[in-house]
Amino acid sequence: MKYLDEYRDGALARRIAAEIASISTRPWVLMEICGGQTHTIMRYGIDELLARNVELVHGPGCPVCVTPLETIDKAVALALRPGVILVSYGDMLRVPGSQLDLFRAKAQGADVRIAYSPTEAIKIAHANPDRQVVFLAIGFETTAPANAMAAWDAKRQGLTNFSMLVSHVLVPPAIRSLLSSPHNRIQGFIAPGHVCTIVGYEEYEEISREFRMPMVVGGFEPVDLLEAILMLVRQLEASKACVENQYVRAVSRAGNRVAQRVVNEVFEVADQKWRGIGGIPASGLRFRSEYAAFDANLIFDLAPIATEEPAECISAQVLQGLRKPTDCSAFTTRCTPETPLGAPMVSAEGACAAYYHYRRHNLVALEESK
Amino acid sequence: MSGKSIIDMVCPVPFTTSNTVLLGHGSGGKLSNDLVRDVFLPAFGNPELAQLNDQAVVRVGQSRIAITTDSFVIRPLFFRGGDIGSLAVHGTVNDLAVGGALPLFLTAAFIIEEGLPMDVLRRVAQSMQQAAKAAGVRIVAGDTKVVERGKGDGIFINTTGIGLVPEDLNLSADRAQPGDVILLSGSIGEHGIAILAEREGLEFESALQSDSAPLHELCAAILSASTSVRCMRDLTRGGLSSAMNEIAAQSNVGIELNETAIPVRDEVRGACEMLGLDPLYVANEGKLIAIVPPDVAHSVLRAMRANPRGENAQIVGRVTGSLPGLVTMKTPLGTSRIVDMLAGDQLPRIC
Repeated sequence: MKYLDEYRDGALARRIAAEIASISTRPWVLMEICGGQTHTIMRYGIDELLARNVELVHGPGCPVCVTPLETIDKAVALALRPGVILVSYGDMLRVPGSQLDLFRAKAQGADVRIAYSPTEAIKIAHANPDRQVVFLAIGFETTAPANAMAAWDAKRQGLTNFSMLVSHVLVPPAIRSLLSSPHNRIQGFIAPGHVCTIVGYEEYEEISREFRMPMVVGGFEPVDLLEAILMLVRQLEASKACVENQYVRAVSRAGNRVAQRVVNEVFEVADQKWRGIGGIPASGLRFRSEYAAFDANLIFDLAPIATEEPAECISAQVLQGLRKPTDCSAFTTRCTPETPLGAPMVSAEGACAAYYHYRRHNLVALEESK
Repeated sequence: MSGKSIIDMVCPVPFTTSNTVLLGHGSGGKLSNDLVRDVFLPAFGNPELAQLNDQAVVRVGQSRIAITTDSFVIRPLFFRGGDIGSLAVHGTVNDLAVGGALPLFLTAAFIIEEGLPMDVLRRVAQSMQQAAKAAGVRIVAGDTKVVERGKGDGIFINTTGIGLVPEDLNLSADRAQPGDVILLSGSIGEHGIAILAEREGLEFESALQSDSAPLHELCAAILSASTSVRCMRDLTRGGLSSAMNEIAAQSNVGIELNETAIPVRDEVRGACEMLGLDPLYVANEGKLIAIVPPDVAHSVLRAMRANPRGENAQIVGRVTGSLPGLVTMKTPLGTSRIVDMLAGDQLPRIC
């Protein structure tokens, strides 16, 4: 199948891995930002192929993982209100809130529906004029245009029974926060391909200059990631630090201007809390005042909810690439996808879940043998 | 909704057990297995049930009888490649056939929602009769209940089937041994994606159909090719992954699949890529896996390929003595990864 087979070609992948090995003079520490990339790395064992040359640490780019516990709790509370239909992306339903997840709220009688796109929530609102339809609008820059478009459409159509519980996060402030940390070990970044499809990579060029940090915009297939790693290692071996684009079939430097316009029309940049990490200034999106009528936080008068994460969970360090899931004493014992202590064990894009689902058979043994 | 507020409920994180039944308990994954282990086995426990095969084989007089039951709830009722009626026959016939039984008789119970057009019921009944005829079984008893409008989803069907098992045949999911070879009868994921496509209004360049089909002839062909077949499983709602994990657990062996050998049609791959699903976990209704000793693998494969339901059959993996209970897969890159059983249903990813 075109655009898939050539990027999953085992022989080509091994050739690139061999080239990385031949040009590396020392092991390099690289971070892939996006949870989708972490997923591919673990699924295809790219870390295993490159074990001697590159240490891959996993970034905070799992939208489900970094959505604050309070947002989940608010979504559950809203879903349980009579007359409310809560619509969400599928993988949010299993994320534990402080007391319930949305699946269990559904089993208690809440009307929770899975949608592939927020425009489906608009259709549900039209079909149920006597109910309040709330869309749980989370994600990075990738999902922001579709979510913004839904609010834009709802306003244009004069919908009065549709709102959104928004918890949007932005990648560049998170990268700055990681690089400003005294504990930072990262020597190069695989920038998130899907995010850059929307926003381009001009802002990444600023970060690269400011921190003298090599960055390569990477795709999501195994050959994409190996190429991106090769490009980063070439930069590092040559003491260069610039932004290159491996994912040229999807990403341009300027990004998608139309998508950026609709996001700017509907949302403005705001401070944002990241689950596990804490507050990062100017790292999120909230509704502009013209769209306040669609802000579920305002129209439902949701009381602030105080929450606490389980003490044993090290997801904060995992999400910042400071520790690996296998460093956690609860990994595969007290923390599994069925009994998760933190969100990275729940989401398909979470680093802990990727380690658990794909590689616990050799990673745990590998760590113990060290 | 219950009048009890969530504030009264103290449900600690993590949610290790559930006080209520979740949709995931019906997914065919780990949660379904939990339900069987925690509720049904303690309640009904007996040696036949404890085998945990798709069918129980019991002795009645001089005969060995295979018995199985299955309920069918599906939306839409009619889909490309089948309908709830033909599915209800194929599912039960296949559960008998993979146990080595010659399927003979079915019963059918209908739970019908008030307001269902009579024409729909007639079409379903006709489809069941055609499917039964093609599978060589007769529907010999039945039951009907009608529930109030809104309390059902059009129609639910339960079928129970019995068949005869030859005296010397013993197929069971606990018989796989290190060195055995795993044969898959054809490309995976077509039923699940065809249903999803109808539900979500997805269009493909070529019409993807459910693979719903009776497998009794394919099973007979496999058993004629070799008398040393260890076990067979039809792949249903939990996909290839659930069947492999169940066998690995019941036989206490490792299973190693080869990713590049597993056939997946382009339409299924494309839809799975788009929706963030993995074909290994997508439902099938006309595919099976057979586990056989290595010396007969190629003769069984030839027999499978000579049958129309197995013409794309492949050797997709082998049974190993390492990592008992675990299913792993060799990736195209030559590395190894786990193929886990899912907790509940596969969920579409956010991006």
